[in-house]
Amino acid sequence: MTVRLLAFAGLRDVLGGPKRELSVADGATLADLWAELVRARPQFGPLEGSTRFALNGRLVARDATLAEGDEVALMPPFGGG
Amino acid sequence: MSAREPESLAGRRELRRYSRHLLIPEVALAGQERLRAARVLVVGAGGLGSPVLQYLAAAGIGRLGIADDDAVDETNLQRQVLFAESDIGRPKAVAAAERVAALNRFVGIDALQVRVDAANARELVRLYDVVVDATDSFRSRYTLNDACRLEGKPDVYGSIFRFDGQVSVFAPGGPCYRCLFPEAPPEGSVPTCAEGGVLGALAGLVGTWQANEALKLVLGIGSTLAGRLLVIDALDARTREFELAIDPDCPLHGERARIRDVVESEPAAPRDDGIPDIEPGDLDAYLESLPAALVLDVREPHEAALGLAPRALHVPASVLEARLHELDPATPYVVACRVGAKSRWAAQRLHDAGFRRILHLRGGLLAYAVLHESFDFF
Ligand SMILES: [Zn+2]
Repeated sequence: MTVRLLAFAGLRDVLGGPKRELSVADGATLADLWAELVRARPQFGPLEGSTRFALNGRLVARDATLAEGDEVALMPPFGGG
Repeated sequence: MSAREPESLAGRRELRRYSRHLLIPEVALAGQERLRAARVLVVGAGGLGSPVLQYLAAAGIGRLGIADDDAVDETNLQRQVLFAESDIGRPKAVAAAERVAALNRFVGIDALQVRVDAANARELVRLYDVVVDATDSFRSRYTLNDACRLEGKPDVYGSIFRFDGQVSVFAPGGPCYRCLFPEAPPEGSVPTCAEGGVLGALAGLVGTWQANEALKLVLGIGSTLAGRLLVIDALDARTREFELAIDPDCPLHGERARIRDVVESEPAAPRDDGIPDIEPGDLDAYLESLPAALVLDVREPHEAALGLAPRALHVPASVLEARLHELDPATPYVVACRVGAKSRWAAQRLHDAGFRRILHLRGGLLAYAVLHESFDFF
C-alpha cells in the first residue's frame, strides 16, 4: 500500500523534498516505515530519537498502524528563534 | 460597558493609547486592566523575541522581563527588527529594553542579561504570569519547559527554521514540550539558523503568533494552541495543525512524574562513530605537515558563496553518494562543513565506504574562521 509523506524543516533535505509517496507492506506501523526510510537514506538514522510522526494530523506513537492513503508528517524539532 | 472609573490605569492619557483595545468587547477596560496587571517573561530577544516584545509592549503589558545574555551581531539584523545598526555589539537585553521603553513608557521592564539555566529558571519563571519561549537553543527550551511546568506557568512556544515555523502553548494540565519532543536531538544533528538559515519575515509571523497567544492567556479569552501544534510553511503559504496529547511516558506528568526539579538537560551525545575530530586551531598545522591532505568541503554550492575553505575539494553532501568514486581512500581528508553537522554524517558515510584516513573538523569552518581574521567567512 502507499502512504503520503510530508517532511518539515531540515527533514526536507533528507527526504529529498517536502513530500513523496512511499509503498509499505500491508499492516506496517510507523516504526516499519521509519526503518524503510533509513534503508533508503541512511542520513535518517541519527534522527530517530528526535523525529515525531503525525498520522493524519495527530501526533502519535510509533506503534500506530498505517492504512492505504494515510498522510504521515515527519516533524523534527526546529532549533531557531 | 461599566461606568466604573479606571483605578490602576493612570488616567485618560494612558487610556487613550489603548482605545482600539477598549472598543473590543472581549478586551474592553477590564481586559486592559488585566494586561496592565500582567507580568510576562520573554526569554530570547532575537528573531522571535523582537515581534513578541513589540506587540506586548504596545498592548500595555504591565511588566515585561527580557532575558538574553547575547550581544547584537550584524547577522541578526536581517530578522531581529527590534535592533538598529547602531546597536551592533550592545547587549540585547539592554538594547531591547530601550526600544520597548521608547514604545510605551507605561511598561515596566526587567532587562535581564542572563542565560536562563537550571540554576535560575524556576526563580525567574516564578516572578511572571506567562512565559514566552523565544530562545534559539534546545537546552534552554527544555529548561524553560520544565521550570514552567514545575511552577505552574504557561509556556508560549515558538521555533523557526528556513521557511517553517512551529507554535504551541504548553499550559498547566496539558501536554508540554517533552510530550512533543521527549529528548533533545543529538548535538549537531538538527541545523540551527546559523547553519541552515531562516527567512526574516518568518520570525515575524511566528513571533506575532506567540504574542497573540500570550495576550489571550493574560486576558483569558478565546482558545489557545494548548494541545495543538501549529506548523507554518511560509514557502508554500500553508498552515497545518497537529493534535498533541499528553505522552503517558512524559517525565513531567501525573503520578509517575520523574522530573521534580530543573536539571541541565544534556543533549544526547553524538554517537561515537570512530572518526577522530580535529580542532579548528590545529587544521593549519595538520595541512602543513601533510601535503597530501585535503579539506573535503561538503557544503552545498550556495553555501560556498559565504567563503571558501583552505586547500579544499568541494563535494556537496547531497551528491556525495554519486561522487564517492572520485575520492581516493588513500588521501587523508579533513571532512568539513559550515558548523560540523552535515560533515559528521558525510564522514560517517566515508568511513562506512572503507575510508580510514579521515578526520572531522570540529565546529566546522565557522569555528575555523573565528580563529582566522583574514579568512573572510560568515
Ligand atoms: Zn509532557
